Amino acid sequence: MNTSTTRRGFLLRGMLAGSAVTVALPLLEMFLNDNGTAYAATLGGGRLPVRFGTWFWGCGSIPSRWDPKTVGANYDLPPQLQPIDPVRQHVSVLSGFNVPLDGKGNQPHLSGNIAVRTGAPADTWQRISAPTFDVLIGDAIGAGSYFRSLDLSADGDPRTSYSFRNGSVMNASIPTAIELYQKVFGTSFHDPNAQTFTPDPLVAVRRSVLSGVGEQRQALMRRAGAADRARLDQYFQSVREIEEKLELQLQKPPPAEACSVPHAPVKSAGTSDVEARRTEHRAIAQLLAMALACNQTKLFNVVFSVAASDLRRAGNTTAHHQSTHEELVDRELGYQPTADFFTRQSMEAWAEFVAALAAIREGDGTVLDNCLVFAHSDVSYAKNHDINGIPMMVAGRAGGRLRSGIHVRGNGDPVARVGLTLQQAMGLPVGEWGNKSLRTSRALSELLA
Amino acid sequence: MPVVVTLLIVVLGVSGCSREPEIVPAPSQMRRLTESQYRQTIADVFGSDIRVVGRFEPDLRVDGLLAVGTSLVSMTANGLEQYETTAREIALQVVSPAHRDRLIGCQPDQSAAGRECAEKFLTGIGTKLFRRPLSAEEVQTALTQAQLSAQQLNDAYAGLAASLTGLLTAPDFLFRLQTVATNASQSSRHTLDGWSRATQLSFFLWNASPDDALLAAAAAGELDTPEGMARQTDRLIDSSRLNDGVRAFFDDFLQLDGLGTLAKDSQIFPAFIGSVAGEAREQTLRTIVDHLVVQRGDYRDLFTTRRIAMNRTLSPVYEVPAAGKDWSIQEFPQGDPRVGLLTHVSFLALHSHPGRTSPTLRGKALREILMCQTVPTPPANVNFTVVQDVSNPHLKTTRARLEAHLSDSECASCHKLTDPMGLALEKFDGIGRFRETENGAPIDTVASLENTEFDGAGGLGAALRNHPAVTSCLVQSMYRYATGRSTDRTTRPFLAYIEKRFAQAHYRVPDLMRAIATSKTFYAIDANDASEAALASSHLPHADVPNSKETR
Repeated sequence: MNTSTTRRGFLLRGMLAGSAVTVALPLLEMFLNDNGTAYAATLGGGRLPVRFGTWFWGCGSIPSRWDPKTVGANYDLPPQLQPIDPVRQHVSVLSGFNVPLDGKGNQPHLSGNIAVRTGAPADTWQRISAPTFDVLIGDAIGAGSYFRSLDLSADGDPRTSYSFRNGSVMNASIPTAIELYQKVFGTSFHDPNAQTFTPDPLVAVRRSVLSGVGEQRQALMRRAGAADRARLDQYFQSVREIEEKLELQLQKPPPAEACSVPHAPVKSAGTSDVEARRTEHRAIAQLLAMALACNQTKLFNVVFSVAASDLRRAGNTTAHHQSTHEELVDRELGYQPTADFFTRQSMEAWAEFVAALAAIREGDGTVLDNCLVFAHSDVSYAKNHDINGIPMMVAGRAGGRLRSGIHVRGNGDPVARVGLTLQQAMGLPVGEWGNKSLRTSRALSELLA
Repeated sequence: MPVVVTLLIVVLGVSGCSREPEIVPAPSQMRRLTESQYRQTIADVFGSDIRVVGRFEPDLRVDGLLAVGTSLVSMTANGLEQYETTAREIALQVVSPAHRDRLIGCQPDQSAAGRECAEKFLTGIGTKLFRRPLSAEEVQTALTQAQLSAQQLNDAYAGLAASLTGLLTAPDFLFRLQTVATNASQSSRHTLDGWSRATQLSFFLWNASPDDALLAAAAAGELDTPEGMARQTDRLIDSSRLNDGVRAFFDDFLQLDGLGTLAKDSQIFPAFIGSVAGEAREQTLRTIVDHLVVQRGDYRDLFTTRRIAMNRTLSPVYEVPAAGKDWSIQEFPQGDPRVGLLTHVSFLALHSHPGRTSPTLRGKALREILMCQTVPTPPANVNFTVVQDVSNPHLKTTRARLEAHLSDSECASCHKLTDPMGLALEKFDGIGRFRETENGAPIDTVASLENTEFDGAGGLGAALRNHPAVTSCLVQSMYRYATGRSTDRTTRPFLAYIEKRFAQAHYRVPDLMRAIATSKTFYAIDANDASEAALASSHLPHADVPNSKETR
């Protein structure tokens, strides 16, 4: 092969022609908004990059104790929502949106979750008809980030993820705070506020090596069968994404005033006990907030507890999920007290997550102000796997694109209205979204600023 | 809800199956290396002292097997980045002063001799990693990469490491790509070339890349003849490395990877210390290898054998005299409630709740894993409240609570498939310790499987031993594991043929593996698979539900 004609050879020659010196490099597109004002914001001016994220908890709620009675601003906080009181001004609540199944079965703890995230019900992740919306949003905003997305789960299992490109391409989670720290703030981290920047020649070599791998694409695609071609295409797309990331690492990052390198977290307790889970989650939330402030990603997914919640209380034979089905409704209280406890614990964790993002000042506001975080569960009333009225919330103002602190009642409207609104708020040119009965062109105007 | 138990494949009483049925060629199958295959390959190629550090992209379980999922998964950017990081660390170790003499053996500098050294290294390693010789273009690309990187990094070994990183990150290494033999007939029934045959055979029997002898056989054309294939198959089956292949299959088949993330309540089960789950997995695999490979035992006897691998960590859980530090095979005495695979801690703990047993989960695992049957998921709108009110003073035992719940016809329709089997194991608690009572009440382990009634784990093991679904399930699972394909209508004749041979071999698993490995079907491929592959993707196999820990 004549390497002088290849893209890789070209890159190598460019790489070799330069030398490792302190250089000033052009601004990265990632830190500029449409008006090119974002960089000014880091110096105290206009808008900052808007980030999108999801936050998931399992086993829903007891609707009579979660759904607010009043709509609009200053909504009331029923008992299960009481924990979000300290962050209520940042959080909008979405209740009463439905998941019509169009004849499909309700696969417990799956169908509703998939419908919320893809706009179409399915009975296994392998049969989903479209990517989850976080992936669609990532395609639109993720390029130019060091990390296209940070997918995180506090349960210690990398397989716990609800972010799918298709049925066989799942974005696996980083399962502990320690691994998150090492991945983001480890040896490859460049402090954006450092005075000098020296490109690492090893990064240039890595990029060149991957470029060489990418050049095999055409030859391999010719050899592969039809079913394998799509999978190879995904592989080579991943190669390109890493090349882009390495390209960024060869450039001096723009300053980020709110960024300060955090301390490494302590070792994970690695358990489903709810107290330990909240401790782990708290560490993840704080690291993620700083990763956002340091411009490491614009997209994240966080799982607090899995669908069909794995939470339990140390010493109890019955865990959260089992209690939702088996616990008798207390005649005096009128609800299942153990299931209620776990939902309130989940809302405590959500409030802590929101507070962690709101705690970091950025520009004229906070990191949270420049985020859109969508929280949801897999079911509404877990006792009977109800998927109508799945509890959902939105935190942050998406850089001013969203109103916060209101309650929107869906009155049985398709849940895809929510996904459509989120995509439009993130600037995606999408007018309609969802399949069959879920399909809608009606975004939630109450939420959009 | 109607009772639906789907026997995926039960083909019994087929006569005249002494010859392999007509071959149904399948589309090419690109399979991602599993974590254990990756680790084994690195150890084989570079030595076991090369550390492989990092988290791998999770595997996907489809139709009960991760092996089938390897044919469906691809690679996300985050996943590939981790492979690239792992590859760099491996490459740096290979070229380090501690290893370079053994693994490179010459100076890969900019001189003519140095370039020759680099070429020799990359060509040799490349063949082992790609499981085929590198093309001249691939060799040139790797060499150029090494030279230019060496200049940039001012270090010839670092340059070689960069090139090696490229090989370790390439799809030709991370995926098993299939190639059709060029001398195959022009009919649609093509066969794999020698290199792909070697790969198919080696990963099946050893869970590893082909060794030097197998690659040499492929190069010499030995694998293009039935005699050559049989010779190499025998060599692999007679090797002690067959143990690795048998372990890998049963680890996947029994879903023992679940023990890696298994959590138990430490207040309820203080004996379930951190290392128990991992040791229990090892115990089951060692017991299986001893019975099936070392003893050349009947597969069915796994459910009734009193032999078990034991070590010092596990003997307290089993309440047997302290075993030695190292593993040894022990035998439970006649009359002991422990008998067979189903009384292993691995099975009992894996299919229980964090704080208590679940006859339902255990019965479901028996049906789905060991008998290849499908237990329907619970209806969405179901009231479980009557199921297990553990505070009810009249329903002290799990059996009593389950029987109360079986009074509900809707629940009973599915639970009658699972609970009567699972109840036989109730004398083993949520981590598999033996117990006589629950909440002070004696435990009744009378149970049934279809029309057979029995008492306790021994009776259940014997009933399973004699159930035809257990052996036919093993055959179809082994086929799916070997090929990475789901079974369907078209595979039934082949499975019936293999099942017959399995029976003729007195249910010895190495013979079952040999029957598959020496069949033509195992290497058949439809070279013109574009349309068939597209068709296959529209008939996706049943995929297991991930990330939903639906339990009852």
